[in-house]
Formats: sequence, structure tokens, C-alpha cells
Amino acid sequence: MWLWFHKLGSPPHFYRTAGRLIPWFAIPAALLLVAGTLGGLVIAPADYEQGDGFRIIYVHVPSAYLAMFGYVAMAIAAAVGLIWRMKLAFAFAAACAPVGAAFTFLCLATGSLWGKPMWGVWWDWDGRMTSMLVLLFLYLGVIALRGAFDDAAKGDRAAALLAIVGVVNIPIIKFSVDWWNTLHQPATLSKLSAPSMTMDMLGWLLVMIVGHMLFFAAVVTLRLRGEVLLRERGARWIRGVDGRA
Amino acid sequence: MTPARKRRLVMVSALVAGVGLATTLALRAFQENMLYFYSPTEFVQNGVPEERTIRVGGLVADGSVRRAAGSMTIEFEVTDHAYTVPVTYTGVLPDLFREGQGVVARGRIGENGMFMAENIMAKHDENYMPPEVAQALHAGKMRAIERAREGFPDDAGSNGTAVSDSGYAGGY
Repeated sequence: MWLWFHKLGSPPHFYRTAGRLIPWFAIPAALLLVAGTLGGLVIAPADYEQGDGFRIIYVHVPSAYLAMFGYVAMAIAAAVGLIWRMKLAFAFAAACAPVGAAFTFLCLATGSLWGKPMWGVWWDWDGRMTSMLVLLFLYLGVIALRGAFDDAAKGDRAAALLAIVGVVNIPIIKFSVDWWNTLHQPATLSKLSAPSMTMDMLGWLLVMIVGHMLFFAAVVTLRLRGEVLLRERGARWIRGVDGRA
Repeated sequence: MTPARKRRLVMVSALVAGVGLATTLALRAFQENMLYFYSPTEFVQNGVPEERTIRVGGLVADGSVRRAAGSMTIEFEVTDHAYTVPVTYTGVLPDLFREGQGVVARGRIGENGMFMAENIMAKHDENYMPPEVAQALHAGKMRAIERAREGFPDDAGSNGTAVSDSGYAGGY
């Protein structure tokens, strides 16, 4: 286990392994996203209350899920980097941040498009929306803080601290709809209880969530390879890399 | 684990715990000021700030919606089944607005005690289902209520309780 961990931490070894992994993420992601989009937009029945408008859930919920998942993954990597001074962990946090920020933006944008026809407003300052907006700012802060240092190692450590501090926002987002009065409705999917959605709708949502997760994994792995190359520039092993490895 | 790593682990854990505690305390302290909307009970019992824009949320009371002829003005009552707040509004309503549906009104108290809404937002719940399922559940619930009236109290609520007639679950 520790040997595997150390090998993974070695940039040349990681670079090759990651290159082999990408198709295993990307191809199933493409299949699931195409199937899920068709299923969600065409096959799943319309909602009794919201009609076809509810179908935006097939993008909104997976992107919200990945916005939060990506942040937690980034913060854990940042903590591992800070504590064990593991270079690859900092590289992972750096690769994660823009992807997570993109999903957060997607979640806010689709939520806004959904809010206008159903609630009657594009935006309002309830607990769920505000905490999600804070998440976007945290992502942008982490990205900016890393870039603000000339010394990459210092930037990594400063951004890691901000990423770790920002983790308190994650339970706030999750439980905002339970703790406070909100315009946003409570969770449909929860581990502890049966989902408040019929199977013919839920199945495609799960397909979309898994598809988005695999897409996230493929993009982050791709970006992580780029980060490794950037951070290891000048190292001897890179001379053997021709871009196809 | 080397002492340096151990020290850094403790520091990172302490950081997370400290920030978590501070946030919890801050959120608790600001609980009163972080109210997104007042429920009718809070509105009536505790009173609300006048001369300030606030939100009131609840259900549109059944049978309370009155439209003025030839204008966009509407009057209705927001209820939480304990208290009601009369609301008046002029403008376009969201599609989901109807009696029994969750609603959030933003505005201020008028001179006559009516809540003058500037903006009406419809709430929807977290249940999604095809129309046929909703109808079946509704029919099942009606049957259960019928049977309860006829003297089978055990059956009441055992059928179709997954969906509330109000289409509004929780929130206040």
C-alpha cells in the first residue's frame, strides 16, 4: 500500500499511469452522458407539477454534486500536500480548482434558468443560493491566490490553507435547506431515505451523475498531467515524453 | 510519522476545527438576522419590522385568491395553518402560483395592515413524478380519507401519503 502510494507520488510513474487511465474515464463518460441526455430529455416522463421544465435537473443536480465533491477533493489534496509536502497533491488541487469552479458556475447558471419559470425570479438571496455563490468565490479565490505568488511552492501552500478553511462552507450548502427558510426546496436525493422521485425519472438522473463524475475524473486527470509537466519542466524524465505516452 | 508532519497534521486539524467552531457560533448568533422569510406565525405573533422590505412565506390559503376585475391586482392570504397574513400584489405571477401552493412574497406592511408585495415567488417541493402517478396518489389519498370517514381510521394516511395535497413540503 505504501509502496503503491510512493510510486504514485513519483511524477514520471504518475504521468504514464494517468495517460493510460484517461480513456477509461472519458469513453464511459461520453456514453453515459449521451445516454443520460437522451433519457432525461426524451424518455423520462414530464413532471406533474413542472412539466418539461423539470428536465434541467439532469444537468443542475450533477453539476451541484460535482461542485461540492470537487471542492472536498481539492481541500483533502491540499491538506495532504501541506502535511506530507507531497508535490503531486498540490498539483491535484491546482488541477481540480478550475474544473470545480466551472461546475459551480454551471450549477448557478442552470439553477437561475430553472428559477425564472418556476419560482418567478432568476435569483434571490436565500441560504442555498448564497452559499453556492460563496463556493464559486472560494474556488476563484483559491485559483487567484495560487497565481498571486511568484514562488509556486508558496502559492501552493497559501492556496491550500484557503481551500481547507473554505471546507466549512460545504455542510452549510448541504444543510442550508434544512436549517433555514429557503426558496430552494429540500433535497430530493438523500442517503438516509427513499428518493422523492419515481424510478423512470431517477434512473436517468443517476446515469447523468455517474457520467458527470467520470467526465470530471477524465478532465482532472488530463489537467493533472499538464500540471505535472509544468511543474517538472527541466527534469530529465520529461525529455523522453513525446505527448503520446 | 515524523514530528514535523505530526505537527502540521495537528495544525491543519486545529484550523478546520477552529474555523468550523467559529462559523457555527457566528451562524447561531446571526440566526435571527439570517431569516430569509417570516412564517405567518412569526409575522403575527412576534411582529415584523415596518418600513423595511421583508419576505413572508407559506401556503396560498384555499379559497382566498381574489382578482380585481380589469386589472393585474390580486389579493390572497398566506397561511401556515396556524395564522394567516393578507397580501396584495399587482403584476405577473409565476406559473406555479395557485391556491394550496407554497409562496414567498417580498414587500412591506401597508397602512391598512395588508402586506404589499412587490414580488411573488412560487415554491415547489422536492417530489418529482409523472402526472399519472400524482393522480393515482391523489386518488388513493382521497379513498383513504373516505374510508376514514366511514369508520376505518386505521387506513387513513396509509395510502398515498408520499404526496401532500398542498404540494409544499417543509420550509418553515
